[in-house]
Amino acid sequence: MNGDNGTGRPETAAPAIELRGISKRFGPVRANRDVCLTVEAGEIHGIVGENGAGKSTLMEILYGFYAADAGQIVVNGVETEIPDSQAAIAAGIGMVHQHFKLVETFTVLENVVLGAEDGVLLRPSLDRARALLGNLAQEYELEVDPDAVVETLSVGLQQRVEILKALYRNADILILDEPTGVLTPSEADHLFRILRNLRNQGKTVLLITHKLREIMDVTDSVSVMRRGEMKATLRTEATSPEELAELMVGRKVLLSVEKRPSTPGEIRLDVENLSVTDKTGVARLKGISFSVRSGEILGVAGVSGNGQSELLAVLGGISPGTGQIRVRGQTIDISRADGQARRSDGIAHVPEDRQRLGLVMAFAQWENAVFGYHAAPAYCRQLGLTNRRTIFETADTWIQKYDVRPANKNLAASRFSGGNQQKIVISREFERNPDILIVGQPTRGVDIGAIEFIHRQIIALRDAGKAILLVSVELDEILSLSDRVAVMFDGRISGERITADTDERELGLLMAGMTDKGGSRTPEVLPE
Amino acid sequence: MNEQAHGWIRLIIIPLINLVLAFFVSGLVVLMIGENPFRALQILLTGALGSSYGIGYTLYYATSFTFTGLAVAIAFHASLFNIGGEGQAGVAGIGVAVVCLSVVGNTHWVLVFPLAICGAGLAGAAWAAIPAYLQATRGSHVVITTIMFNFIASALLVYLLVNVLKVEGSMSPESRKFGETARLPFMHDIMGGIGIPLARTPLNLSFLLALVCTVLTWVLIWRTRLGYEIRAFGQSESAAVYAGISPVRITMAAMLLSGGMAGMMALNTVMGEANRLVLDAVQGAGFVGIAVALIGRSHPVGVLLAAILFGMLYQGGAELAFEMPAISREMIVVIQALVILFTGALENLVRFPVEGLLRRFERRAR
Repeated sequence: MNGDNGTGRPETAAPAIELRGISKRFGPVRANRDVCLTVEAGEIHGIVGENGAGKSTLMEILYGFYAADAGQIVVNGVETEIPDSQAAIAAGIGMVHQHFKLVETFTVLENVVLGAEDGVLLRPSLDRARALLGNLAQEYELEVDPDAVVETLSVGLQQRVEILKALYRNADILILDEPTGVLTPSEADHLFRILRNLRNQGKTVLLITHKLREIMDVTDSVSVMRRGEMKATLRTEATSPEELAELMVGRKVLLSVEKRPSTPGEIRLDVENLSVTDKTGVARLKGISFSVRSGEILGVAGVSGNGQSELLAVLGGISPGTGQIRVRGQTIDISRADGQARRSDGIAHVPEDRQRLGLVMAFAQWENAVFGYHAAPAYCRQLGLTNRRTIFETADTWIQKYDVRPANKNLAASRFSGGNQQKIVISREFERNPDILIVGQPTRGVDIGAIEFIHRQIIALRDAGKAILLVSVELDEILSLSDRVAVMFDGRISGERITADTDERELGLLMAGMTDKGGSRTPEVLPE
Repeated sequence: MNEQAHGWIRLIIIPLINLVLAFFVSGLVVLMIGENPFRALQILLTGALGSSYGIGYTLYYATSFTFTGLAVAIAFHASLFNIGGEGQAGVAGIGVAVVCLSVVGNTHWVLVFPLAICGAGLAGAAWAAIPAYLQATRGSHVVITTIMFNFIASALLVYLLVNVLKVEGSMSPESRKFGETARLPFMHDIMGGIGIPLARTPLNLSFLLALVCTVLTWVLIWRTRLGYEIRAFGQSESAAVYAGISPVRITMAAMLLSGGMAGMMALNTVMGEANRLVLDAVQGAGFVGIAVALIGRSHPVGVLLAAILFGMLYQGGAELAFEMPAISREMIVVIQALVILFTGALENLVRFPVEGLLRRFERRAR
């Protein structure tokens, strides 16, 4: 089968995609090394790997974003050149990106047709698309109102529009890059139903994810990548999450966090009726109240965009709010954004977006190691000069203690991998020995090995008597780390549970906006 | 180690290649109007550096450009584009004049100089303060406001020189002389005093102040807490807010320092060369400072070198226009523009191929 058999459609036995010896390097980084991958037609094929393992690069080569340095792409048995995404579409490959590529002010129909209009006049294309959308909706449970403006749709629906776009362009092979990161559990379940329907209709689905549970749930076979190399391709029913994790990291990994029961002490952080209105006048936080005691972790769950970012911003002194926040019983001034004041109140903040907030990407590691604490007397000398020697020593110590790689304090933050960038932020905030620690998405974009480390550090701080507020969109993370869970929906806390007494299903309902009726399960008294 | 090698190539080699390209294209232009480009280059270089007279003028211009270049560079580090150096330096001239005209009788320049530095710095900073405040609190873009303040400054200067400071009975719009004792000593006088004869040029003591300011700016940006905060704010405003660095405070601080630094050039022209307040004391140096900061990559040493380059272009260009009648004053401006174009705007034109070449070279060496 060399593609010269003359027929447009190859024999049924041909795999949907075959990658042979794909290599790609970016400067000194070898993103893909001699990668071979065979994806059978009519399957859901998962690709797992840590961040930076080369999954996205491989898919971007397949979709024509990058040209491979070496190797061949064979689609349906025909060797195919894919120099750009137009060629990928022509070869029947569609991609749903992690960050949607939709025109927010256009309707669903306009977005679907965009770039695939077949004439000068728009109307015939739109009519054709409307008819097709109706069919697809029935066939695959892909219902979306074709006339809705995209920006009014939920994230889950916007994702459906992306899938529809690919199907409208006659994609037989669909690539989804981390599709569930922004979805509620029930939205994710719906997505998986859609994917199974697509498979049952003969489509091939490539699912890139770092969530092993999804792989086990939905895929037929799975390939594991590590450091740019393809480590294994396995039948899903013949493997286990433990095996996959070990293949991903290259050593045995503890997937669950070991921790002892918490011993909560006095209330350290008390938030009462906190509200935030953004610049456009929209209420982002609508009077939320909660408290965190020393020696416990309060997890804040919820689909992203339901007020968690605003909560972190007020607590970290990034933006002002109204209401009352008491730190160790003392009311603090939140009418003004003042990050320095929050730090002297004893609040350390690991922000959810390390690249935008937590680090100055152009600064060297040593400059970032004191960022936010640069005004501390230890780091300053007379005449406003910085005490570089002390800062250097601090930076070196933390690089050692937190195993930051490469161990070079002069390297700009942008040159570290996501996990190591996070270690730079975490070392800075954790080593400050704060009374209260607020942590946003501590393991977003961080590889499994580093996740294990970061989770252990958070538990260690809890056991040292810190009050910890953990905001995460990863429900697994919330469930394994926190002692209590508060779920946020639409700027409110839709429910609060003791972690041991709840499960994913119940939290999923709260995340979707089902609020407590009786509130009988809200913990009133905590074990002393 | 590689990192450092790359840094050096970025800092030295690439600007040099850019410069050679600029001169090459300038040479083509000279060729097109029928003159010998090599002779033109020779005249330009000897005119700028061939005699103590040429060097004196070159450094005199470079002094002004260093001050205004440092001013733009400081604001750049806070990601602010202060193009009001022209106005700030103009108003600083008023500050210098007020100090020099109000000292009594024959006060020695050693006593006047510190006061004049304060006068220039404060006046320049004050002129930057309003645009800075509007930017910090209202978001009015400094590019717009500082350039409007240039016009206001020039109108203010005309008003003062015509209606207030003009010498009774004189026709020219300028203040009275500050007096010889209050004049900054010329370098030819100083060097002549220790037995090194130099040609008479307007180069004066403020050249040394420019060198000191270069070092101080480096210390400010790379060694102080304020510089750290300015750079953090300039690189990422959102991260700066996270760290509790007040955007209002940093915007004000960076712009006031920038305005004050631009003001220093008034010492060179007003207190040094003219010894009185004149209308055109700034002579476009405020705008040249933008080019100087761009070419110098906002690094104080780079600014100093770029300022000297522009001093050479000014002085050597004047000689060239004099020696080669076919090359007019405007031609010199074209050459300056080409230098700005190649070293500032088209930096990536050379950087990408050179870095690519370097990478290939390294790979082979490995």
